[in-house]
Amino acid sequence: MSALVDEQLLESPPEGDYKLPRITPHKTSEIVPWLRTPKTIWCPGCSNGTITRALIDAILGLKLDPEKVVIVAGIGCSGRIAQYLEYSTVHAAHGRALAVATGVKVADPSLNVIVAMGDGDCSAIGGNHFIHAARRNIDLTALIFNNSIYGMTGGQMSPTTHTGDKSTTSLRGNVEAAFDLSELAHAAGATYVARATAWGYRQLVDVIAGGIAHKGFAAVEAMAACPVYYGRFNLTADPAEFLKGQKKHAVPASKFEEGESRLRDQYPVGLLHHSERAEFVTSLARVRAEAQEARNG
Amino acid sequence: MTDMSIAPILMQGNEAVAEGAIAAGARFFAGYPITPSTEIAETLARRMPEVGGSFIQMEDEIASISAVCGASLAGLKALTATSGPGFSLMQEMIGFAEMAQIPCVIVDVMRGGPSTGLPTEPSQGDVMQARWGTHGEHSVIALVPSSVEECFTLTIEAFNLSEQYRTPVIVLSDALIGHMREAVTLPEPGSLRIAERGTPDCAPEEYDTVMSDLDNILPRPPLGSPFRVHVTGLVYNRRSGAPETGDPQVAGDLGRYLREKIYHHRDSIARVEEYEMKDAEVAIFAYGSVARSAKAVVKWARARGVPVGLVRPITLWPFPTLAVDRMAEQVRTVIVPEMNLKQMSWEVQAAVSGRTKVVDFGRVDGKLITPAQIEELVKAEFYYHDWGKS
Repeated sequence: MSALVDEQLLESPPEGDYKLPRITPHKTSEIVPWLRTPKTIWCPGCSNGTITRALIDAILGLKLDPEKVVIVAGIGCSGRIAQYLEYSTVHAAHGRALAVATGVKVADPSLNVIVAMGDGDCSAIGGNHFIHAARRNIDLTALIFNNSIYGMTGGQMSPTTHTGDKSTTSLRGNVEAAFDLSELAHAAGATYVARATAWGYRQLVDVIAGGIAHKGFAAVEAMAACPVYYGRFNLTADPAEFLKGQKKHAVPASKFEEGESRLRDQYPVGLLHHSERAEFVTSLARVRAEAQEARNG
Repeated sequence: MTDMSIAPILMQGNEAVAEGAIAAGARFFAGYPITPSTEIAETLARRMPEVGGSFIQMEDEIASISAVCGASLAGLKALTATSGPGFSLMQEMIGFAEMAQIPCVIVDVMRGGPSTGLPTEPSQGDVMQARWGTHGEHSVIALVPSSVEECFTLTIEAFNLSEQYRTPVIVLSDALIGHMREAVTLPEPGSLRIAERGTPDCAPEEYDTVMSDLDNILPRPPLGSPFRVHVTGLVYNRRSGAPETGDPQVAGDLGRYLREKIYHHRDSIARVEEYEMKDAEVAIFAYGSVARSAKAVVKWARARGVPVGLVRPITLWPFPTLAVDRMAEQVRTVIVPEMNLKQMSWEVQAAVSGRTKVVDFGRVDGKLITPAQIEELVKAEFYYHDWGKS
């Protein structure tokens, strides 16, 4: 249940009424023109490339005007997506992507603004911006690359590192509890919340597309495989085994039973929440119209 | 404040900043309430929607400056306003704006610090933070108004400079100037010079082949255009805009360019008011609200036949070296009163480089330096003058 007190939420249609877009994946030859470079800094076995491809697939599938697509990214492994994609892109500061994107979207509401963030980017250093963007219900799509660890700096625990997990800063096992980012987004007021895995590619494309098509704040949690840091310390350093683990852990949201062990061993995937309420930029436009009318009599 | 007219009106410094921003064409404000800057946000919350712009209140000052960067990148003239603690929080993203060359304006209404300090009292304690607050080598432009009218005109000037040099510009107001009300005569809208952001006069596919130089700083197209720009806080190649952190030549070239972009033009950027300096033997170097006391002292001294003048930097950064050089060659003593402990006085000492004596006077108790306090310093320099009983 949302933490927001807002009557509009009570009028939301049942979640089952919302149909996700169904995107047919595109050929590699259609994907490649939207990459600025064939080279990335991502480790072998990293699923950031898969998620990047899923984003391009979603943009192509929705037939968005590429000139109206803006990618704002934070800092970390995921943040590099900004320099790889052939759209208008901003590689902002650590944690600040959503706040920068808020300025972009308010300044030019015609843009489709997609915000790429890592789990630490989104929920540690940028946690405040995350909950407030959700609360405002601003029409942005937050694509969160959740690999449960700080990869760029070499494997330190993040707010999504599970209790007991090892990292270079939790050598005897993490004593903290992990955030469930999708639950956090929902509680903060996001009107579209979905999760998918790098393993479940078709679903990942569809939930990203659904987030972009949604008018309001959309949080899409992409469960990323980090065999080099998270996997090596905890599950497996083998990329294929890591993805097989995702297949085992991911349970369709419709079949997921509350009370089951969440996050590390089992988590719901698919569309987790959908509702409608006043969108921020639209509301600002209304305020503007009223103010101008009042001024001009 | 619906119509700007040439008749004098009573206005507050913070309101004048807000109206200056509107007159400059700013159509985006993001901020977070903080004393003594809040009236800027309150005024713009009302005015921005009226002129078709946007006011948004963010979750903190970090978000505010971030949103300002985003709005500017999307093509709008944008500003935020804050005070000491918020200014500290903004430093990282001011660095991002420096690095990524994002035009924007940051108004810092200075109050006593450090930390929560003296929230309602004026200070000039942020002048060095304005210069060096963000990490790394960079250049900066900072303007310092000393009247309500200048709050208006210098905010416009700040936007003009930010567009011209593609850089963040800081307006250093203080609690006294910000909260003071005085009669101001605003310039007629048509008489203002307003710098507009251009667009590159090349095709999108040629954009990566044209490069700014110090005398020709090219505008960046907005996000969401056929140019598909990439904006980054990483070191980047100045020609292509692409991040390139492995080449020392690229990094050095960018680092020097970001500094020289401002320094190369410092004599045309730096503005100074020289008052009664023609035959002055002693100069008072004072800025912002303290310059008001200093000017009163010059008038007081001149009425007694004592040759004292005022050098008032309107541009604090880049430091007005030319004017300080002139002053150093002319006077035997420079008195530097400021509401901090020697921050600009050190800079003056470095610039005069032993050519003349520098006397500093600082106050950090949240109270304005009074004319009487400066008069005592002047009397000491003219001890041989018969001051009488006054």
